[in-house]
Amino acid sequence: MTGKTSFDAIVVGGGLVGIAIAYGLSRQSLSVLVLDEGDIAFRASRGNFGLVWVQSKGVNMPAYAAWTRRSSDLWPDFAAELSEETGVTLHYSRKGGYHFCLTEEEFRQRDAMMQRLSDATGGAFTYSMLGRNALVDRFPEIGPDVVGASYSPHDAHVGSLQLFMGMHRGFHARGGTYRGGSAVADISRTGPDFAVTTRDGARFSAARLVLAAGNGTRALAPMVGLSAPVRPQKGQVLVTARTDPFLDVPTALLRQTGEGSVLIGDSKEETGFEDSTSPEVMRNLAARAVATFPRLAGLRAVRSWGALRVMTPDGHPVYAQSGEMPGAYVACLHSGVTLAAAHAGPMAEAIAAGTLPDNFQSFSPDRFGVQSH
Amino acid sequence: MFSRIEENPAEALVTFLFEGRPITARAGDSVAAALLLAGVATTRTSPVSGAPRAAYCMMGSCFECLMVIDGAADRQACLTPVADGMVVSRQLPLSGGGS
Amino acid sequence: MSRAVDLAVIGAGPAGLAAAIEARRIGLSVLLIDEQPGVGGQIYRATDTSPVSGSGILGAEYRRGGELALSFRASGARHMAGSTLVDITADGWIGFEGPDGVEFVEAAQIILASGAVERPFPVPGWTLPGVMTVGAAQTVLKASGAAPQDDAVLVGSGPLLYLYAVQLLRSGRRPQAIVDTAPRLPALRALRHFPRALAAPLYLAKGLRLLNEIRKSGTAHHRGATGIRIEGADAAESIVFQASGRRHSLNTSLVLLHQGVVPNIQITQALRCRHRWDDAQLCWVPETDEWAQTSRPGLRVAGDGAGIAGALAAEYRGRIAAIGAALALDRIVEPDAEERARPLRRLLKTELAARPLLDALYRPADDLRVPSEPDTIVCRCEEVTLGDISRAVTMGCPGPNQLKAFVRAGMGPCQGRMCALTVTETIASLRGRHPGEIGSYRLRPPFKPTTLGALAAMKLPDAPEIDRAGNTGTVELAEQS
Repeated sequence: MTGKTSFDAIVVGGGLVGIAIAYGLSRQSLSVLVLDEGDIAFRASRGNFGLVWVQSKGVNMPAYAAWTRRSSDLWPDFAAELSEETGVTLHYSRKGGYHFCLTEEEFRQRDAMMQRLSDATGGAFTYSMLGRNALVDRFPEIGPDVVGASYSPHDAHVGSLQLFMGMHRGFHARGGTYRGGSAVADISRTGPDFAVTTRDGARFSAARLVLAAGNGTRALAPMVGLSAPVRPQKGQVLVTARTDPFLDVPTALLRQTGEGSVLIGDSKEETGFEDSTSPEVMRNLAARAVATFPRLAGLRAVRSWGALRVMTPDGHPVYAQSGEMPGAYVACLHSGVTLAAAHAGPMAEAIAAGTLPDNFQSFSPDRFGVQSH
Repeated sequence: MFSRIEENPAEALVTFLFEGRPITARAGDSVAAALLLAGVATTRTSPVSGAPRAAYCMMGSCFECLMVIDGAADRQACLTPVADGMVVSRQLPLSGGGS
Repeated sequence: MSRAVDLAVIGAGPAGLAAAIEARRIGLSVLLIDEQPGVGGQIYRATDTSPVSGSGILGAEYRRGGELALSFRASGARHMAGSTLVDITADGWIGFEGPDGVEFVEAAQIILASGAVERPFPVPGWTLPGVMTVGAAQTVLKASGAAPQDDAVLVGSGPLLYLYAVQLLRSGRRPQAIVDTAPRLPALRALRHFPRALAAPLYLAKGLRLLNEIRKSGTAHHRGATGIRIEGADAAESIVFQASGRRHSLNTSLVLLHQGVVPNIQITQALRCRHRWDDAQLCWVPETDEWAQTSRPGLRVAGDGAGIAGALAAEYRGRIAAIGAALALDRIVEPDAEERARPLRRLLKTELAARPLLDALYRPADDLRVPSEPDTIVCRCEEVTLGDISRAVTMGCPGPNQLKAFVRAGMGPCQGRMCALTVTETIASLRGRHPGEIGSYRLRPPFKPTTLGALAAMKLPDAPEIDRAGNTGTVELAEQS
């Protein structure tokens, strides 16, 4: 670690969102400091299971649907460049994604939702609904209770840890500074710069400040005249031992990773700031996975874990620049993998230029009727 | 190479199959111990590098003795008592298991 | 089976058996859960079935296991053998996988007696077939009455190394050599502790007897060995090291490693109990009160899992923990509890008095705890090397849990059981911090790999029934993002 304390930009948060923006800013030739918490923290990134997922995103917010779609289209080049630059194999693959339905009712609801998303995007979102027979042709091993699935060609998946690792390596290689164990205690503005003080008493300054600290952003945003009305929402994930390749595309419930293990996700629980696992959720995840692919019954789960999503009142991202203190930004959302390409690309470019991407007003926290200062 | 300190003609024996080869062991041996006694050096290969691995701790901690036992992958051979007619094979990354 | 017990004991070694026996004497209902088919733990492994138990090879101490097993069987405690712990919930339900699948039992009090594990021994070549721990070889001796032919090389330090060497000699076998890695200096430093250790001179006398027996056998004994490296293509073929100012190379097909034992803290870490780093024993120890209770109410830890102190101390601690459990359940009044515990505490004190000397005498060498060559594998499952860890730390990775994300260390099937200590000490060394500041991995349930089929069929205490699609209505499954 260098003794440098002054940077072009400081990003608070070293999870998938923070490191993507920081990596992108370093690609814009800015000197960047990432401040992150210590070894044990509530890390939403850790719960992510690696979907670059378009179907279901932004049904009620066309700007979010468009941003998601833009990121998913940027992903192939982003993945290639990041792998090339860092030597990290990302296991990125875009062959579309499936959402299996286990009841007729679920299938009908899914169809209606896909149609609404297609309508909301003026037909830019494409999908198809596959009945059981079509599905069996594609997945001969599906269980007898699977009635059908929605399919969208836009969807992809990636190793989320490899993505995390790759962006950290790329950031480091471009001269970025990552400082763990550095929870932020205070932010103030002195002249053109923000002064950030960590809980261990270190002080750093930069003209640009990005708050991407997940659920921690809620407490930090008011320090720069913004609000981040986020709450934790727990998700639990189960992962198995490695097995031979049997599933080459992601599904909303489970996917097989590049290493061969099967990730099964995930639950949605409003339990506040705690990330414990529970046998009940473990059982439900396992049961649904086995119902979908009976061959999984003999595969061993090696661990489960809980993580806290960063959830806004409407579930859509919050992005804003402070009116009171220009140069300060918030980025709060729960789709850090899907949006990584957009964060490292257009988002970082805009922040480097002192703005946000075009047509981003609808992502402002003002939509919740909260005063932003 | 391990061998018994003393043979006891009265003790009960069982025979299991290791990759097609019949191996006789003492009832009460773990699969891992029986294989050590039969001179089988490798229990699995590493799914990361393919390097051969063998039982290391014999007490259920190291997971190096994961094998395919009676069709089920990822069984800890050091915690599994041998049984007559048991079918055992090394765990290779693509043999249906392979943590 | 009835779904509620006063006390659940995890582990059937001396601490667990003693705890179960004591709790039954006080009148608690007790369920003892253990992974092995028979009782005894590792120290008294196969005490009921060992083909060599009567032969004198294992020594008089081993017979103590048989006595404990007898008392345990007469105690009326229930024993779930061959049962693997899957989870312990926040409200005291214990899930374990036995012959009938995964079931849950509600325990008012829990005593963890999961004992010790051998300290990792990360040297080049330690993942090769033909390399195992001394404890592993001793398990084969106890459970199967088998021992290596005469080419085995015993490497490391600690009482178990000498004990096993002597057990081999008594079995009519002989190790090719003992490569002793105990640094020579600490032996002198250890003498500072001598006066306190006089309280338990037995251990010293025993150690000297073992060394004497080894010396008389003429077994090659290389002292102060460094630079250990095991070589071989697909299995161990030789071991090289430095000793007495020159390089040695021994051809061997079996290298047995050992450098002491450390508390098995997997479960207490998973349950997020408070731990402290013990500078004398160079390991994590769960914090406990005078009744063995951890920072989590109702959860006690006894035996070597609470700090290495040996088999006799484990019994005393197991009994004290059981009395503590009874006290917490109001099944004994405090003066009676104190009276029961007093002689045990006195005996325990005597046992513990010998530890500082033993810890200093057998302190494992620094360069065998934190590897020095970049290509040495630290995490065996994911094949993460020292070099990988150094690079992550250079990039700012602060500790073991973040290391998982940076290099996948600790994410294989053993969940860090084999590398946790090395990772903590390595990061501490690279960052110039005390290991106590660095922390450790947290094990995740299921504590042992469990099939999805078994998890899907779990019989849960209070949870609603599940439909065939895995829906209960109480836990919503989200679409991932």
